[in-house]
Amino acid sequence: MRRPAPREAAAAGSPDATAPQTAEDDTPDEGAKPGTDARPARFSRRALLGGAVGAASVLAGGSAAGFAAGRATAAPAPAGTNDIVPFTGGHQAGITTPVQEHLHFAAFDLTTDSRDDVVALLRRWTLAADRMTRGLPAGPHGTDGGPYDAPPDDTGEAEGLAAANLTVTIGFGPTMFTTTGTPDGADRFGLADRRPAPLENLPHFPADMLEDARTGGDLAVQACADDPQVAVHAVRNLARLAFGTATVRWSQLGYGRTSRTTKDQSTPRNLFGFKDGTANIVAEDHEALADHVWVAPGDDAGADWLAGGSYLVARRIRMTVETWDRTSLREQENVVGRTKGHGAPLSGGSETTAPDFTAAGSHGPLVPADSHVALAHPSANDGARLLRRGYNYTDGSDGLGKLDAGLFFIAFVRDPARQYIPMQNRISRSDTMMEYLRHTGSGLWAVPPAVPAGSTLGEAGAYLGQELFEA
Amino acid sequence: MNSTTVRSTTTAGLALGTLLLTAGCVANSPAAGPGDDTGAGTVTVSSTAEGCELSATEAPSGSLVFSVTNDGEEATEFYLLAEDGERIVGEVENIGPGLTRDLVVTAAPGRYVTACKPGMTGEGIRADFTVTDSGADVAPTGALGDQLDAAVHNYAEYVEDESSELLAGTEEFVAAYTAGDDAAARELYAPTRAHWERMEPVAESFGDLDPRMDLREADLAEGQEWTGWHLLEKDLWPPKDEKYTPLTGAERTKYADLLLADTQELHDRTHAADFEDTIDAASIGNGAKELLDEVATGKITGEEEIWSHTDLVDFQANVDGARVAYESLRDVVVAKDDELADELDERFDALQDELDAHRDGKDGFVSYTDLTDDQVRTLSVAVDALSEPLSRLTATVVL
Repeated sequence: MRRPAPREAAAAGSPDATAPQTAEDDTPDEGAKPGTDARPARFSRRALLGGAVGAASVLAGGSAAGFAAGRATAAPAPAGTNDIVPFTGGHQAGITTPVQEHLHFAAFDLTTDSRDDVVALLRRWTLAADRMTRGLPAGPHGTDGGPYDAPPDDTGEAEGLAAANLTVTIGFGPTMFTTTGTPDGADRFGLADRRPAPLENLPHFPADMLEDARTGGDLAVQACADDPQVAVHAVRNLARLAFGTATVRWSQLGYGRTSRTTKDQSTPRNLFGFKDGTANIVAEDHEALADHVWVAPGDDAGADWLAGGSYLVARRIRMTVETWDRTSLREQENVVGRTKGHGAPLSGGSETTAPDFTAAGSHGPLVPADSHVALAHPSANDGARLLRRGYNYTDGSDGLGKLDAGLFFIAFVRDPARQYIPMQNRISRSDTMMEYLRHTGSGLWAVPPAVPAGSTLGEAGAYLGQELFEA
Repeated sequence: MNSTTVRSTTTAGLALGTLLLTAGCVANSPAAGPGDDTGAGTVTVSSTAEGCELSATEAPSGSLVFSVTNDGEEATEFYLLAEDGERIVGEVENIGPGLTRDLVVTAAPGRYVTACKPGMTGEGIRADFTVTDSGADVAPTGALGDQLDAAVHNYAEYVEDESSELLAGTEEFVAAYTAGDDAAARELYAPTRAHWERMEPVAESFGDLDPRMDLREADLAEGQEWTGWHLLEKDLWPPKDEKYTPLTGAERTKYADLLLADTQELHDRTHAADFEDTIDAASIGNGAKELLDEVATGKITGEEEIWSHTDLVDFQANVDGARVAYESLRDVVVAKDDELADELDERFDALQDELDAHRDGKDGFVSYTDLTDDQVRTLSVAVDALSEPLSRLTATVVL
């Protein structure tokens, strides 16, 4: 059956696919907590299928705020089933948003030398990402609308699926700015003097085994959702919108969040079977977010465009799970520094008890000094903390009878040079866990602030990174 | 969010099961028997500053679990001692406050002493414990003490021998290398390093020497000075497809002398009077497993010797070292789990057969780069087949 085209029914006055569209504050809470914390009404593409033709429900939001004057309003969604995270706001979504269950991460290389092309791409991405996070198709005609002789402007596989808390988080890599990161050494986009100082290729850490085809990229897209197909759909459609301007350099699927970003989320387990990220920064801890995650105005005089943004560090860390699995429980716990069952530090207490690195055991500290928790703890790193948002991955096997599995580490930090690099050096050099790890991919991107709520999107509209390109 | 039943942790599940099974038990009541879902008799132990409360004071012979919870405020230990109150049958130590850890023993019928040691000092809080005869076939505990002592002694001698040969070989290698006789140095490189690879877990236990002597280029931090075997390896087998500046004569002398001095230091430490005291059955068993892990992660992939491609020589040396470690413990394994001994014998042989297929000359092997993908995979499968039972070696010999 042909689904009604609700968006078009509503936007009847703007039939042009690229017509400006407004990113309204059509969801409750958005104003209160810009961009991220809000969990507004649930929206299902399926609901559209059974919806009334004509004044169909365009709306993601269940609030009475309405989509826009002259547009249809949706019936309120049942309470407690909110699954739309606004794309617009203060900070980009997908950072303090409660961690969704699935990830599709993609790094892109720009294939153009035209600054205008890059801006046009970011406009297309901003509009499409805003739509998809609302549970709408990537383009206005959707899966089965539009000219019969043209390909549909949405790829279709998310049709009928919920919005699933999709977030799309976009970052800019060092190679977009530097004059040295490109083959010909050119400042392709005239951005070199706007590069934030910490935005450099990460150094070689001890034992790094990075693969070129899993490292770097001019742009990064982190798509997270509670349904893997929704996340993949987002990356696939953004990649399609990029052809001719940017191409996928590499991408990574992740499942099973390995951290929590709100107090209410439980601490999940990584593929070593241990609880991970117990000491993560959570969304409710506004002071820690300001200190450790968000770039503040004045942090970098030459790059004020990044204020309100952050840095995204990604590391593809393969775990040699086969050798880990044949390691004694004693060694596993001593490597991690926590108990496997409940995640309590070996110095005692429960999961949330602070580790006591001075508590003495019969052969040195109860929490070994070369354990992961001892080396990664803020007390060993000048108080540096990260907001971790990584996922497990399993990419088939390696041809030698072993799973290619591990952690796709993602962290958001205010200053990677201070918070991440020294810690990773310390861990890579001394952590006994390194015996079971192999870093195979890497990247660092500057994540600009979000497009403000209520902005007009589309051709000539607001777009992500506008502050960078239009100083 | 799904609403399926949350899996309980083993510890919690085990403790809960035990509580239910032993609820209402009074002193002298037997521990949960073989009928419970843990598959072993389980006694819960609560250790506090003043107390050492056991859920039972007797248990049937066979596999026996003491699930020890530290309900005090200091780290604690729990011991199962022989009737004399001296000889240790089993122990768990370093249990932080609030934590639970299991002591698993195979107990023969007889009288024992239990002890909690809050603060991990002193005689501990002691009580008698009885193991009744369940009819299970259990080797007499403690009868293997002499065999374990012999195992430690034999293994320590092996390490001493290997470090002596490593030193002698390194002297020869360094002489050729600093004299500029690259052909001779290349010949000596792999056979000399084999002595290092055979005793690698012991060498690695000296945390200062290992990074100076055996670091690969990729292991370096930015700005860190590269020293040791693999620096010289690259200089002897310089990469053809990238710009490489050979070491100068002075640099050769500097790094060769450093390697020799560190090898001398390794030799001296393994020949110290108290060296044997640093080795026990657990370290031998774990060392065997670690050697196979080295093969699985470094040699199978050809990453250890990326310039000389002599990985199969290292591979053989790691297997040699693991086999000697296992053989030194084999009598104990046979006494406690003869099926495991059979399995290990068989799989060591199978792996050796696969390796022998790639021999080239008397002690040599073909270059790693000559192996096909299928051959690498076959070796990898044989390593995994051995590694899995080998990972049970330590627990078998220390219980």
